[in-house]
Amino acid sequence: MNMYSYILRRLLYVIPVLLGVCFIIFIIFNVVAPDPAYVLLGRHATIEQINQLHKELGTDLPFWNQYLNTVKTAFTFDFGSSWSSKQQISEMIKAGAGPSLTLTVPLFIITFIVSISIALLVSFYRGGFIDKFVLLLSIAMMSISSLAYILFGQWFFAYKLGWFEIAGYEPGFPNFIPYTVLPVLLYLAFSWGPDTRFYRSMILDEVYQDYVRTARAKGVGELSIMFKHVLKNAMVPILTYGIIQIPMLFLGLLLAESFFGIPGLGNITIKALNTSDFPVIKAMTILSALAFIVFGVITDVLYTIVDPRMKLK
Amino acid sequence: MTAVTTTTNIPGTNTRTKPSRSMWQHTFHTITHDKLSCIALLVVIFYFVLALLTSTGLVAANWGAEIGPAYSPPSAQFLFGTDIFGRSVFLKMIKAAETAVAIGLVTSLISLVIGTILGAVAGYFGGIVDEIIVWFYTTFSSIPFFMLLIAIAFIMGKGTTTVFISLGVTSWVGLCRIVRGEVMKHKDREYSQAASAIGAGHYRKIFKHILPNISHVLIINFSQTFESAIKSEVILSYLGLGVQGRPSWGTMIDDSKLELARGVWWQLAAATLAMFLIVLAFNILGDALRDALDPKLKGK
Repeated sequence: MNMYSYILRRLLYVIPVLLGVCFIIFIIFNVVAPDPAYVLLGRHATIEQINQLHKELGTDLPFWNQYLNTVKTAFTFDFGSSWSSKQQISEMIKAGAGPSLTLTVPLFIITFIVSISIALLVSFYRGGFIDKFVLLLSIAMMSISSLAYILFGQWFFAYKLGWFEIAGYEPGFPNFIPYTVLPVLLYLAFSWGPDTRFYRSMILDEVYQDYVRTARAKGVGELSIMFKHVLKNAMVPILTYGIIQIPMLFLGLLLAESFFGIPGLGNITIKALNTSDFPVIKAMTILSALAFIVFGVITDVLYTIVDPRMKLK
Repeated sequence: MTAVTTTTNIPGTNTRTKPSRSMWQHTFHTITHDKLSCIALLVVIFYFVLALLTSTGLVAANWGAEIGPAYSPPSAQFLFGTDIFGRSVFLKMIKAAETAVAIGLVTSLISLVIGTILGAVAGYFGGIVDEIIVWFYTTFSSIPFFMLLIAIAFIMGKGTTTVFISLGVTSWVGLCRIVRGEVMKHKDREYSQAASAIGAGHYRKIFKHILPNISHVLIINFSQTFESAIKSEVILSYLGLGVQGRPSWGTMIDDSKLELARGVWWQLAAATLAMFLIVLAFNILGDALRDALDPKLKGK
């Protein structure tokens, strides 16, 4: 099979997956979920009020029609309006994306640089004391709950020591930095572990290959082998791993955003949960799934271009 | 005839995995000869025993009793201090081990059953069945884990069952994918052909021949799901969708968000420590199991 037909097939596969995702979301929110009328109108609603609301929300339509409406929102991004704030959800998402990105993009870049540097260091000294120590430390640090990091970090570094802002946010480039430093550092504390371990195992997969032995035999220095030969080859899975994480950047950081009062998408989701705001949660679910599907395709296509062996499989 | 019947209760796993016993012996050897994984195994066993003891009421049965003033700091009298109702944080921490083990076990079992059956059926039958199951799990995994978890838990409402089910049905995809791949590899091996030659049906071939041969995958996955379920429970508790009516480390950590500003740190510390130990033990054990059971890594 040639590359283009593979890519085309991969692109076309998005359609059934997207329909499936909409179906799951439809099942969760339109079939299994309790009647929104009870949530919105409370206990003492009259039949007329309930019927009226059903008509407004489109929940009186037959199921297949509701399903089509769910699919439609995935393309039009017209998610309707929030129940609690009556705002347009698409507007809320637009407003929340900025703050989320100011938090997640630096985090993504810093985590990547830190993890790959540590991974290179430990695979250079593989089997030695540093390797064992860093591995153990990474396991230990990822065994602590993320909520515990946030709670402790906010209380100790921001409240007790006063090094950082406790909570809040200001838009604009240099203004947001004091508010995002602490959440980014706290997330780094528990996300470097799994990443470093993954990168390390990818690098170690390459270290034992024949071409490394050849390079060593012809007298290439260890550092040059590490950066020019090993890292280049290990880069394919490493970049894939990185790209898959990008959709998560748009989602924001659920916990940190609500703790540090950053008005991002994660914060919107948590507020919606606390106020039983169905349409917002539904919109966030659809949006995150969309981002996931799109970046999944991008990853697969890039993979085929970068690594020609892939398309044979 | 109803006189004395001696029950010869041989653990089921022993007889089922007999053909691959050397693999388990190898695993056992690796784990018992590595100090770190040995300790990890002991920690896991300790938590399981603790959970068993608390569920039978032998230990920490009176965790709900008021033992002193609210928010007493840790001291000789109140180990780990007391919470807002004057209950012992130490007893709550121990009682919560039961919740954590229950969540880990039920979640892993649900995901094990769904993942194994779907994966085995897809890998074994191939064709249109495979296409449908692959489509199904691709779809499922297209919704980010936490969003799906939150959506399901939110719709089901708070409660212990919600935690079990929402975690269970969201964590089977990885296993399903691996089992499918392994079954595909194994279904054309000689032993599998031999089984069909002596007239074994599909069901028998899958469950008696192929699955025992890939059981190491299931065990590694079990330990991973177990610890990630314990960690996810904290997030669910924070979102107010967690376990109700009995202590859990998640609710303890969640409670401490309001207490920290008043300097009450012991509830957070106790729950984090208790959780840290079992999750760390499971992580180390999972690594040891992977090293021991994955033939590709042997000798590395």
